[in-house]
Amino acid sequence: MTEMSAKTRKAIQTQAENLSKKVEHFTKAEIECLIQHFNSLLADQVSRGKAAHGLDRGRFRGILQNVFGLTNAMMMDGVFRCFDKDGDGTVTVEEWIRGHAVFLRGTLDERMKYCFQVYDLNDDKYISKEEIFHMLKQSFIKQPTEEDPDEGLKEVVEITMKTMDHDHDSLLSFEDFKKSVQAENLLLEAFGTCLPDPMHIKKFEQLVFQEQHEQ
Amino acid sequence: MGLTLTRAAQWTTSSSGTAKLESTPLNESLLKEILEFVEKIGSKSPQEAEHVFEEPLQWNTTLVASHFKKGYNTRGSTVKSNEKDSEGNPLLQLSPPSLYVRNFSQLSKLLHVAKDRKLQEVQACLEENRDPMVNILGWNFISKLDRTRSPPEVPIDASEKDVKVKLFILLQDIDKKILNKLVAEISEQVQLDPTIVTKEVELFKQCCTEGEERLLKSLRYTSDFEFSNGCRAPLWRQALGEICYLVIEPCDGEILNITCSSAGVFLNAGFQQEGDESHYERKSDFYEDLASLLKNRSPHFAENINKQVVDGEERGRAQKSEKQQENIVHQWERLQRALYGRKKCDTCQRWRNLGVLTVCGPAEEEKARKSSVEKKRPGARSRMKAELSASYSPGHLSSQRTKTSAGAVVEEQFSESSSETEEEEEQPERRSETNPDLPSEYWQIQKLVKYLKAADQTVTVLVLCAMMELDLTKETCQLAIQDLGGLEVLLNLLDTNDIRCKIGSLKILTKISQNGFLRQTIVHMRGLQRMVNNLDSPVKELQALAAETIANVAKDRRARRTVRHHGGIRKLVKLLDCIHDSANLRANMEKDLEVARCGASALWSCSKSSKNKEAIRKAGGIPLLGRLLRSPQENMLIPVVGTLQECASQESYRVAIQTEGMIEDLVKNLRRDNDELQMLCASAIFKCAEDKRTRDLVRSNKGLQPLVSLLAKADNKQLLAAATGAIWKCSFSMKNVAIFQESKALQTLIGLLTDQPEDVLVNVVGALGQFAQKPANKTAICNGGGIKALINLLNGTNQALLVNVTKAVGACATEKDNVAIIDQLDGVRLVWSLLKNPSTEVQSSAAWALCPCIENAKDAREMVLFLIGGLELIVHLLKSTNNEVRTSICAVVAKLAKDKEILGVLTDRGVVSLLAELINTTDNRLRCYLAEAIGHCCMWRNNRASFGEYGAVGPLVRYLESKDTSVLMSTAMALYQLSKEPSNIITMHEEGVVQQLIHLTGSDDSKLQEFAAGCLRNIRLLSLANQRAACSNENP
Repeated sequence: MTEMSAKTRKAIQTQAENLSKKVEHFTKAEIECLIQHFNSLLADQVSRGKAAHGLDRGRFRGILQNVFGLTNAMMMDGVFRCFDKDGDGTVTVEEWIRGHAVFLRGTLDERMKYCFQVYDLNDDKYISKEEIFHMLKQSFIKQPTEEDPDEGLKEVVEITMKTMDHDHDSLLSFEDFKKSVQAENLLLEAFGTCLPDPMHIKKFEQLVFQEQHEQ
Repeated sequence: MGLTLTRAAQWTTSSSGTAKLESTPLNESLLKEILEFVEKIGSKSPQEAEHVFEEPLQWNTTLVASHFKKGYNTRGSTVKSNEKDSEGNPLLQLSPPSLYVRNFSQLSKLLHVAKDRKLQEVQACLEENRDPMVNILGWNFISKLDRTRSPPEVPIDASEKDVKVKLFILLQDIDKKILNKLVAEISEQVQLDPTIVTKEVELFKQCCTEGEERLLKSLRYTSDFEFSNGCRAPLWRQALGEICYLVIEPCDGEILNITCSSAGVFLNAGFQQEGDESHYERKSDFYEDLASLLKNRSPHFAENINKQVVDGEERGRAQKSEKQQENIVHQWERLQRALYGRKKCDTCQRWRNLGVLTVCGPAEEEKARKSSVEKKRPGARSRMKAELSASYSPGHLSSQRTKTSAGAVVEEQFSESSSETEEEEEQPERRSETNPDLPSEYWQIQKLVKYLKAADQTVTVLVLCAMMELDLTKETCQLAIQDLGGLEVLLNLLDTNDIRCKIGSLKILTKISQNGFLRQTIVHMRGLQRMVNNLDSPVKELQALAAETIANVAKDRRARRTVRHHGGIRKLVKLLDCIHDSANLRANMEKDLEVARCGASALWSCSKSSKNKEAIRKAGGIPLLGRLLRSPQENMLIPVVGTLQECASQESYRVAIQTEGMIEDLVKNLRRDNDELQMLCASAIFKCAEDKRTRDLVRSNKGLQPLVSLLAKADNKQLLAAATGAIWKCSFSMKNVAIFQESKALQTLIGLLTDQPEDVLVNVVGALGQFAQKPANKTAICNGGGIKALINLLNGTNQALLVNVTKAVGACATEKDNVAIIDQLDGVRLVWSLLKNPSTEVQSSAAWALCPCIENAKDAREMVLFLIGGLELIVHLLKSTNNEVRTSICAVVAKLAKDKEILGVLTDRGVVSLLAELINTTDNRLRCYLAEAIGHCCMWRNNRASFGEYGAVGPLVRYLESKDTSVLMSTAMALYQLSKEPSNIITMHEEGVVQQLIHLTGSDDSKLQEFAAGCLRNIRLLSLANQRAACSNENP
């Protein structure tokens, strides 16, 4: 990055200037860092022969796994869906920074919205029992003694639904979700880890934001 | 090798009738061991390796001629080795598919040739030669040797015999080695404890006697061979949890073939010979022990054992000392206890108390133990889950159990059987029916715990949240979580890396650890260690929850020690350090404060043991607590002040509280409208105000008035005790008393003399004693009805209270009018009788109180002589070893001796010699009162001479070297009285008294001058008389 030309540097600054007006939680300097980091990630991808203006799904998932320690494939797809606002299959620099605003610094409200979106697999603004079941399918170690191995999971879904579904329509609306999470914060990532844990956030921020200080 | 093959290897019979070695991990490691042995025998013991087998080992090989190269003679498909035995037969011969080998060195070479197929070759060899020892050494040799284990007396060639014996021993050694290794391997996978079974078998063997009384006809193991772990089942059955097999012949009925396994005892399919798998099959239910199986199967046994138990109990009750107690039934009972353990009984008892009956059998217990062992191994989590997945079903001993064995999961399904009902009828006590009224939470928790064991972190959190929805403050829920294995899982979660799981687990643990039983179990399961480990997590919420849970658990002594031993105190103190000035951290202030609050709560719990107080100080906790003391939040202040007041029992803390300006904050918090906080602050002041500077600080910070206003909250006894305590200690300073009186504290305190708990009374009376130092207050106490209440308290037994009451009464008695009232209320007699109290503190305090009573009594003679035995008591106490008691009694003697008649009685009781014995003391206070007592006792002439005879005069003169004016005063007085006796004057003169007396005549005190001068006068008179006598002698 040291051999970055003055021109690209200028371009990044303007970009950061613009973005800092649209995105909360980051200072302009931090946004610059994020852009640079994004560009370097993109450069890796380009050097592998694909010209692109954004990160594709595979690359994005790789980052989630390696940098943020997320492992569940279904969750990673959900995260990609949330980042990729326009749904074009790539995460652009703006989407990247907007996503990270929630990812790294989001308020409880923002994170609730984000998690809800990840869990709402078919994007119908409700989380159904079937969706929950689908998300948790891999989470149960099947017991050989059980006649129906899914029975336990079904029961857990049932119990969870009972505590979270405040309006008793057998669907979790955002309102239901919000109410439950406010009562018990642990329910924020109820159906799968889709946010990085504090240790990973710290490591990432150190990595990205310290690069800037060193320059 | 023989034993290994018959005891350890798992054989199956194939359809063709030949036995096969199963491909189990156990057999595999067995083969590898044998292979290794054969490969090495050539180099290790060449002589034995060359020994030619009695019969060749023969098997169908997969090797062909092309495999054999150097050292072999190949012709077509047949191969012969170049080496031959003494008769010229080749030692190895291959005529496909059969292979003959005639010594170990050839075997070893062959395996070398076979390369990667050598394992199959060994297997084939063993499968086709079921008893290789016979082939190798010959049947004759084996049958002779095996029985005796001594060199055989068979007439064979000496050198050959020698080699044979060596080989035999070699084979036996390797046999043993392999077996032990396999046993060790097995026990890593399955925990078997044969001791209980062995004990029970031993016991029942004794029951196989002759006659009507006997319980059983016979009992024997199927196998005499015992493995190094104490089990007798073949190794591959041990892997399934089986311990041994028994054949029992009951007095009535058929022979029973029994399997004892870690899961319980059951009937097997009558296995007589090892090797046939079908015989191991289970044919009955699981029973928890042999006794219950036998009870079920043999009515004779059930009847007799029950009879004997009842008999035994009755006899035991009737004649406890009888040797008969040691009879078999009691042993059986003991064994029962050992089998089920205390834990189970507790559990049952508690559930029974709650109306929830269930049985937790030894299998469960053993499982719990096993899984706890399992968990210590890192990385075994998933396996542990499989292990733990057995469900719990009350009322039945054994339910579905899964066991991990050698990597394969084997299931033993619980099957209902007809014997079930009989079984329950026969054991109504232990095995009561399942109560249909189990609370619904119980079933809910059972399900949740089960899910918890089978879930990944996401579902674990969901299940934990579901558990939080239950009412965890209910004891039924708390105990259910413990008894259904939930507690263990919750604690295990603390060892994981998942923050959310840990938080969820701790949220539950903080609630259920309100229960004392669970706290003990948590400590027992190393729960505190795991919580302490989480105290330095970077996640604040986790730190806070861990500390909060520790605060609950550390209510027990043992727990507090555990926290310290694992470095918990240091970590907790670190949590207090939360106030940072940097602006960017202010956002996290709330979380930091919460962490600090929880840390302080935990420290509060821990600070109840003195070693922890020391540890907190060493970790630098005092300044941090001082800083938090300035916090505005009451919920923060309570644990902080709580810790401080707890620790204030130590000098170092009291000094720190005073010097670091904490008194100001404590006083400030006295004014908050929070009973608990006020109580803690008052208690801290109570403990610190023994120090004068602290008392002054309380005053200068205007803390006295709020203390008095706390007296209004008389309903809160804890608060009242703390407040009155603080008032008592603060009133040691007279300036403070004046301020207390401005707030009318005296009247309030007098009002608190009745109907209060003792710890309040001690403080109230103590304070009154201090208030009574002021003359006006003495009258106020007596007139306000206070004296009556005080005298009533003299009938009590609380020593601290008695000390304070006598002090207060004594203080009142310094006013002449009051003594009459006290005497009228029988107070003097009561105080006097306290001299008999075993506590020296009470004795001396009572004696001091008597002094003003005697002095101010209208007719002391009548009052004292009326108390029968009172004077004896006084004289007797002069023999006390306690200086304070001696001092106070001397003071009383001094007062009493002023009356001639009383002095007469005292003298008769030997007071003079007893006082003289005390003369050599170095205690200044005692010297002072002793000299005074001596002086007053000199009113009787005889006594003056006696003191001289007892040698009291010389030492008394030496008291004059003292710098203490009161000692000088009373000594001069005593010397003056003693100098009325000429013989004493001589002693005094010899001690050089004149010089010192002349010096004392120059004193500022006129009384002292007078005594000194008086004494000098007596000396002078004697010497003048002497001179005159001398003159008249010279000039008659």
